Amino acid sequence: MSSSTNLTLGQYFKNIQNAALSTLEGMAVTFSWLFRRPITIQWPDKIEKPLEETLPERTRGILEVETRICTGCLACQKACPIDTISIDMERNAETKERFIARFDIDAAKCMYCGLCVDACPTGAIRHTTLFAYATDNIDNLLLSYVDKGEKVTPFRPKDPQPELRARGSIGKNVLERNLKSKN
Amino acid sequence: MWYLANYLEKNYAVSINGQESAWLIYLIVAIASALVMLGFASLFAGLASFVERRIAGRIMARVGPNRVGPQGLFQFVADGLKLIMKEDLIPNGADRFLFKIAPYFVFAGMLGTFVVLPFGANIVAANMDVGIFYIISITALVVVGIILGGWASNSKWSMFGGLRSAAQIVSYEIPLALSILVVVLLSGSLSTQGIISAQGGLPWDWFIFHSPFAFIAFFIYFVSALAEGNRTPFDLPEAESELVAGYCTEYSGFRFVVFFFAEWANLWIMSAIAVICFLGGWRVPFISVEESTSSWGIILLGLAIFMVKTLALVVVVIQLRWTLPRLRLDQMMNLCWKYLVPGSFVCILGTMTWMVLIDWNSMIGLVLRVVVFAGAFMLLAYYIYRIRFNYMIDRDNYKKMTGKDMWYPPYRLP
Repeated sequence: MSSSTNLTLGQYFKNIQNAALSTLEGMAVTFSWLFRRPITIQWPDKIEKPLEETLPERTRGILEVETRICTGCLACQKACPIDTISIDMERNAETKERFIARFDIDAAKCMYCGLCVDACPTGAIRHTTLFAYATDNIDNLLLSYVDKGEKVTPFRPKDPQPELRARGSIGKNVLERNLKSKN
Repeated sequence: MWYLANYLEKNYAVSINGQESAWLIYLIVAIASALVMLGFASLFAGLASFVERRIAGRIMARVGPNRVGPQGLFQFVADGLKLIMKEDLIPNGADRFLFKIAPYFVFAGMLGTFVVLPFGANIVAANMDVGIFYIISITALVVVGIILGGWASNSKWSMFGGLRSAAQIVSYEIPLALSILVVVLLSGSLSTQGIISAQGGLPWDWFIFHSPFAFIAFFIYFVSALAEGNRTPFDLPEAESELVAGYCTEYSGFRFVVFFFAEWANLWIMSAIAVICFLGGWRVPFISVEESTSSWGIILLGLAIFMVKTLALVVVVIQLRWTLPRLRLDQMMNLCWKYLVPGSFVCILGTMTWMVLIDWNSMIGLVLRVVVFAGAFMLLAYYIYRIRFNYMIDRDNYKKMTGKDMWYPPYRLP
């Protein structure tokens, strides 16, 4: 509607026609949207496959460690700006062999900056696409990739390449074990 | 059930054999029918809010609430419970008494109209001789409540909202009443049942198709009713983006529910009045007025016809809300005083002339009504063609970009 004070009669009827036709056209547009597919992804229960599988390759989810290729160099621990990662390297008193006695990542602290992933020489520490791990006990978020008492021999570049586990499977196992045991 | 008010007054009071008990039965029936209508209004208001949110969702390519209960049907129960459990705050410096009673004015103004709204032949609480006039007058209570709420809140947003609402509702009362006057002219009756009885069951016997003037009067009524009910594009009194929430900014808890309850129930009222006055009400095709109360089957058929027509209009109102942007205050006033008021006067004069020249029952009257109906039908066909056009121009691109079919009709509930 024009708000000019000098309204000619022609303009007056033109205004009415414009208002009526544009309203009709607008209604036709909105009505056609009732027949279109909504773009909403109804996470978590009304989707075809789990969202973790459809997220992009470079998603920064929780960190996991492929201990089979971890060299125990502590580069990730040093790269972490907020001390999320704690690694204990120990030495067998008789054979003088080093082994990883502890590899903990505190997912409650982690801010997903990815500096540890960049620092890792072998790609042992990596992001998964896992993101939904709300819990009522913060201890559940302490992810231990080396169990208590387990002695993991560090990987040496000369060693043959071991079989690697699928991305996300290690972190998922650890999380699920935590939720079962500590709840 | 509540047409009993009339029925019992005539029959039961006599059968109980005492004039003293007549008033008691009348009172009981009045309270019962009030409760039934309150139940209907609240159920409708709740379900309308749910349906509106679902439709709004689909228009915006979303889904809408579908988690609480089957397909989110109990969303309104959850919302209502949440609001009722909230604290009933009264702002510092507010006029406590006025602040507390303001929502009930709005509520009473809304529920009062249900007294004369017929749902079918015989199904009406009170068939007043001044039905339509009564509806126009009692809805004025709503504006009293809104101004009271706006003033008593001691908040500038509420105050602006209340004043805007006063300006808007008082202005739009005029085209509303004038466009209904067209119907009153045609039917020669102010009673809602009388207006419906004067129409016929077939579309070209409805008042809307009587003449081009009556057709325009319907749209003038519709726009004015939108403005009266504070529906978008006339929701200036509670414009969220300008006035926080207008007159209900300071309300919380139960009183807030009452305001919104009145607004949703008003959807039914405005659509029902449009159906009563222009779209033939509960008249069943090929069945005369005398026969329409003869059996329960016909009464229920009329009820169903009335419901379908009213709900179709409700959906149009909901769709309008998600189509049009809000008008500016000066545009709103321009529309009322420069377009709707002169337009409704023209409609009245035109209908009068038409009535003098062409008799309703004559052959030429029928032919002209069918012609107007055909014109309206062409308009509907053009509308459907535009819907299809708007859908088709995006269909292939959608398929190319997503690999999925765009077709997802409303009955397929996500």
